[in-house]
Amino acid sequence: MNLERIFLIVIGNLFVSNFILARFLGLCPFVGCSKRTSDAFGMGVAVTFVMAMASLLTHTIDTYILRPQAPLLVWLAGADSPLAKDGLEAVLRTLVYILTIAAFVQLVEMFLKKNVPGLYRALGIYLPLITTNCAVLGVALLNTPDDPAEMLTLAEAVIQGTFAGLGFTMAMLLMSGIRERIEMLDLPPPMRGMPIAFVCTGLMALAFLGFQGMV
Amino acid sequence: MECKVNLRELTKGFFRENPLFVIVLGVCPSLATSGSLQTALAMGIAVIFVCVGSNVFISLIRKAVPGGVRIACYIVVISTFVTITDLFLKAYFPDISRTIGIFIPLIVVNCIMLGRAEAFASKNTVMDSLLDGIGMGCGYTLALLLMGVIRELSGSGTLFGIKVLPGYNPMTVMVSPPGAFLLLGILLGFFKWMQLRKAAAK
Repeated sequence: MNLERIFLIVIGNLFVSNFILARFLGLCPFVGCSKRTSDAFGMGVAVTFVMAMASLLTHTIDTYILRPQAPLLVWLAGADSPLAKDGLEAVLRTLVYILTIAAFVQLVEMFLKKNVPGLYRALGIYLPLITTNCAVLGVALLNTPDDPAEMLTLAEAVIQGTFAGLGFTMAMLLMSGIRERIEMLDLPPPMRGMPIAFVCTGLMALAFLGFQGMV
Repeated sequence: MECKVNLRELTKGFFRENPLFVIVLGVCPSLATSGSLQTALAMGIAVIFVCVGSNVFISLIRKAVPGGVRIACYIVVISTFVTITDLFLKAYFPDISRTIGIFIPLIVVNCIMLGRAEAFASKNTVMDSLLDGIGMGCGYTLALLLMGVIRELSGSGTLFGIKVLPGYNPMTVMVSPPGAFLLLGILLGFFKWMQLRKAAAK
């Protein structure tokens, strides 16, 4: 574990390249669910959990099944076979990742419904929306780039997932606070709702540009 | 008569049901790729290809897919077309592929694809789905190009990398994330204003 790298990942995902404000990932739930602070918090918590777990699952699958020279491919076809040399990553990565995330979200939803009904009532409505949240698939893809030299370790991947999720939650909470006040303003009708939300996001992103020199 | 109906399927995506400005779908990639016209155009073409391909294929298999697993089937079909696009770009246009980065694989979770598959292609004939795919894809591309022109022209004073405004001091903020958010907010407000004006005139 390289502490310096971990620190860079944490600060990077929270402030410098915040998933919403600098990387443009997860904007649908960001504008859709940020009208009330309670909604924003629920969505943020659910997204953070799914992003951390999705990072864990997809990184493991990538390392053991999809990479060139992955243990499963070597075991199936031998180390010198074209299958083990090329790996399945280029062809199957997108498909495997999205199916993994969809299946995981479905499982969590079923588990919560049966065993923790209280939590399900609080977070359940946000879960189905998370499957098509591009922040989740985005963090899985960012954790496992094509170039093996840039690949994160499993621990780094999970930390990146968790803190990207926390950065998302932070942006959601800030935005919901602003929007609750915007509701009371007398805006020109065409700018009400979505348009003014994006303009505010722009101003927030401008403020976050100030973090750019940190890393 | 029939020709007239089909033409409406084709043109509705351009303005009346523009996926980005009116339905507000596919926001993330539109902001990320409209920093320059070149990436905006590449992303637009990728979206047209995936939208048309998946629409036609889903329409072809619509009677064979059982209702319970249809969403999973749509995702598999869409991600197949996305992977084709991704590999094609990586092989022939590696620079563009590197600039757009993860937003090509992320077409899979773009609401436009799944939305059109569920709302249109699963219920209509192959021909109509083809036109719908072309219309929606082109509408999205036009929206991307509009944002791309404004951002590249004001942010770096160029079009497709060629300097067109001599002596212009570029507003760098327009090619960075805040400019993208501000521009989208203003454009959404503009389209809303057009709609409200039309409704008031009736």
